[in-house]
Amino acid sequence: MRLALDLFTVLAVSAGAFFFLAGTVGLLRFPDVLTRLHALTKADNLGLGLIVLGLLPRAEGPLAALKLLAVWLFALLAAATVAQLVARVALRRNGRSPGGSAAG
Amino acid sequence: MNGAWLLLDLVLVPMILAAALCAVGARAQFTGIVFYIVYGLLLALAWVRLGAENVALAEAAIGAGLTGVLLLGALARLPAAAPAEPGADGSPGTALRLAAAILCAALALGLGAAVLALPEPAPGLADVAAAHLPATGLGNPVTAVLLVWRGYDTLLEVVVLLLALLGVWSLTPDPLWGGVPGPRHRTRPEGVLVFLGRVLPPAGLLVGAHVFWAGADRPGGAFQAGTILAAVWLLAIMAGLTDAPAVRGLALRLVLVGGPAVFLGVGLAGLATAGAFLGYPPDFVKPLVVLVEAALTLSIAVTLGLLVAGAPERPPR
Repeated sequence: MRLALDLFTVLAVSAGAFFFLAGTVGLLRFPDVLTRLHALTKADNLGLGLIVLGLLPRAEGPLAALKLLAVWLFALLAAATVAQLVARVALRRNGRSPGGSAAG
Repeated sequence: MNGAWLLLDLVLVPMILAAALCAVGARAQFTGIVFYIVYGLLLALAWVRLGAENVALAEAAIGAGLTGVLLLGALARLPAAAPAEPGADGSPGTALRLAAAILCAALALGLGAAVLALPEPAPGLADVAAAHLPATGLGNPVTAVLLVWRGYDTLLEVVVLLLALLGVWSLTPDPLWGGVPGPRHRTRPEGVLVFLGRVLPPAGLLVGAHVFWAGADRPGGAFQAGTILAAVWLLAIMAGLTDAPAVRGLALRLVLVGGPAVFLGVGLAGLATAGAFLGYPPDFVKPLVVLVEAALTLSIAVTLGLLVAGAPERPPR
């Protein structure tokens, strides 16, 4: 059981680190603001989620596990909001009016 | 396990140095500020690594977060055309920059040499503090140092914060004196910023209150809690859910001076009850410290929020 949990942690955290790496590569390689935002938010949210998931079995108790989940939820919330705001500024700079669901 | 820590240190320390160099050497001011924020966050990790969670919380909240926002706000208020050529319109020339760089490098080397030359174990008051901690009833030695043994420093710190706010207010144009800081933020009522402004404050208020309350026994305290509360307030203002207050409001000014005033009052009462300025009667140390911290938390929150909001830009209503 102990071994299985450890294996789960290693796998999930490694997968999370991979998504962070992929997000960073996307941030560096993608051509414009919107695609870079896409790479950053999607990959980081998933990466952090997987790392939190991997750390859950190592939490000291249910309260610590809840705190870990809260960290992920708040990071999701902040990243999604900031991505919308940055995207809106980028659209405005390109001379397009921020319309549809992308605008905050 | 030691190997893993060493690996972390070997990654962390060069990153801190690189972020610091980029912050100082960046050509564009915006880039420099972003690297300064990154530097502060990495430094917070280093403090955690050294077991100084109090300092890490303060560094992350005040050093990286609040100072970063203040610098970005200052940059936004600067005239757009910054002097490009050294020596033009009074910006420092190459010789002056070189001299400053040499002096700073010498200072860094001297400090490094002094730290390396410290005897092992380093002399300090940590043992004395740990020995006398039970007498205060507090569980967090940092809070005991800040509010009981070195209360003088903390009192002066919060007064300095108030003076900084007065300095910002003094930039107000005469017709707007006493007015409302910053622009009125207008946002789409169904937009994401309004959503965040509604979802985050309840959690933010809870975390702020918890950090203040935990500060008596665990890492936390008035400065960290005040910064969190200020951030929540600023978020609500920027989301357009509420407006910044006119700075001539009496209630606002009472909250601003409340923290230092309560601290000073308790300190003066110490003359009668404990025989020393800023002393506490032995049986009431913890309740008095919590009272002072509560008043300080509110004052610091409002002061920091108004520092970021800046000088009044609209006439009082």
